Amino acid sequence: MTDGKDNSTIIRMFHVHKTYGNKKALIDITLEIAKNEFLFISGPSGAGKTTLLKLLYLGETTTEGQVLIDGMNLSRISHKRIPFLRRKYGIIFQDYKLIPTKTVFNNVAVVLEAMGKKRRFIEKKVKSVLRTVGMEERLQAFPPSLSGGEQQRIAVARAVIGDPKIILADEPTGNLDEDSADIILKLLKKFHTRGATIIVATHDKELIRKTGGRVIHLNQGYLQKITAA
Amino acid sequence: MILYYKRAISDILDHKFLNTVTIITIAISILIVSAFILFFKNANNVMNSWKKGIRVMAYLQPDIPEPKVSEIQMKIKGMYGVQDVRFISKHEALNLIKTQMKRQSSLFENLKENPLPDAFEIRMTTSLHNQEKIEALATRLESLPQIDEVEYGQKWIRRFTSFFNLFKFVGYAMGGLFFIAAAFIVANTSRLVLYSRREEVEIMRLVGATDRFIKAPFYIEGLIQGALGACFGLGALFIAYVFISSNVEQSLSSGFFTIQFLSAGTLFGIILCSTFVGWLGCYISLKQFLQY
Repeated sequence: MTDGKDNSTIIRMFHVHKTYGNKKALIDITLEIAKNEFLFISGPSGAGKTTLLKLLYLGETTTEGQVLIDGMNLSRISHKRIPFLRRKYGIIFQDYKLIPTKTVFNNVAVVLEAMGKKRRFIEKKVKSVLRTVGMEERLQAFPPSLSGGEQQRIAVARAVIGDPKIILADEPTGNLDEDSADIILKLLKKFHTRGATIIVATHDKELIRKTGGRVIHLNQGYLQKITAA
Repeated sequence: MILYYKRAISDILDHKFLNTVTIITIAISILIVSAFILFFKNANNVMNSWKKGIRVMAYLQPDIPEPKVSEIQMKIKGMYGVQDVRFISKHEALNLIKTQMKRQSSLFENLKENPLPDAFEIRMTTSLHNQEKIEALATRLESLPQIDEVEYGQKWIRRFTSFFNLFKFVGYAMGGLFFIAAAFIVANTSRLVLYSRREEVEIMRLVGATDRFIKAPFYIEGLIQGALGACFGLGALFIAYVFISSNVEQSLSSGFFTIQFLSAGTLFGIILCSTFVGWLGCYISLKQFLQY
């Protein structure tokens, strides 16, 4: 289900296993994700959704098996190249993961600063992205003074500012009320139409129903089935 | 690079308490170590001025005829390291004692004959102002048959030199220990800073920040902490120096020596060392803390 825009594969997983001590978090996962796909990873708590996302951005390494991102084999990537791999992603977390001591502007700007972009470009781009997520008025606010929905919009702005190829969202609406969740979903759809591949880990069936797209069902570490929403 | 400096300064301002603690710790360590250096420098100056005042006294055997005295004087003058030789006859020596001990003049009234020997007062060239060379000269003087005894405060010099050397060794050891202690304290405080900012560091990693991008501001913070700590420590030492030297010099009105402060080169060296300590502390904690 790639809407016929670009069917070439951006993510490939071959017989991936992940264990923590004796606990098996993922067992023999093989899947392919196409460019510009809007994909959900679903399943109950402890199914392995977050672990699967972590393997993609090298927050964790596989115990067994191979992960290929845009043709790059993650098991062969050097430590020095990890930051450059992560720039391919925009990551959104359930708990937002904003830096509480930095302003909204600086929280979003940090991505471009890390890329070594010029100050003038950063200012322009941050303002533009914050306008897109409807937060341009809160430029100088600090995250703790914002609502959950507002904080997640800042997190979305931070995730998309580097024009990533892939956006990973781990329970992005988990802490939000329905209205705020709808805003986040609309934003994700907007960036999807702009060409990004969106992967959302969620157990929220309503969110999946509203969006459509392929759904990967995980249960106790196993890939149970892949369905269309 | 400007961005790194800006981030370092804003980080210092964001974590004022921890940074203040680190700077004070470095300042105290620098104060103690530089106080030792200042003490050694002045003790060394004092020793040198004492050594410059050292005279070797060679006492003659009784009843040496005058022509022989002149001959011995010429012989001593020809010895290596001798700058000047002055003959002090026993009469001259007695008169000198009498003038120095005017209040006890009654002691000398009952003397039937002058008990003092004739002597040579020998001043040495500056190249000879060390203990081994003085001893060698004394041995050569003693080998002359007409010389009865040679005196130059040998025991006192030997004791003082060994005491000074011991003190110097202790000073170096303490300096080294303070250097290590300061580096570890900086390492621990920067670890505390890192720990309080672990979430921020984690977020930066997730958005694709390189190690260099994350570490550079910490290193700059370490360098700033080290340099500021040194400046404050040396500032405190200078205040103490001004206070002490004005008091001590008043009481030592003889002008025998003046307390000198550390030279510009030494001050620069201390600041450089302290800056290195700040960097080292950060390096140690970053190495342990930031691992993928």
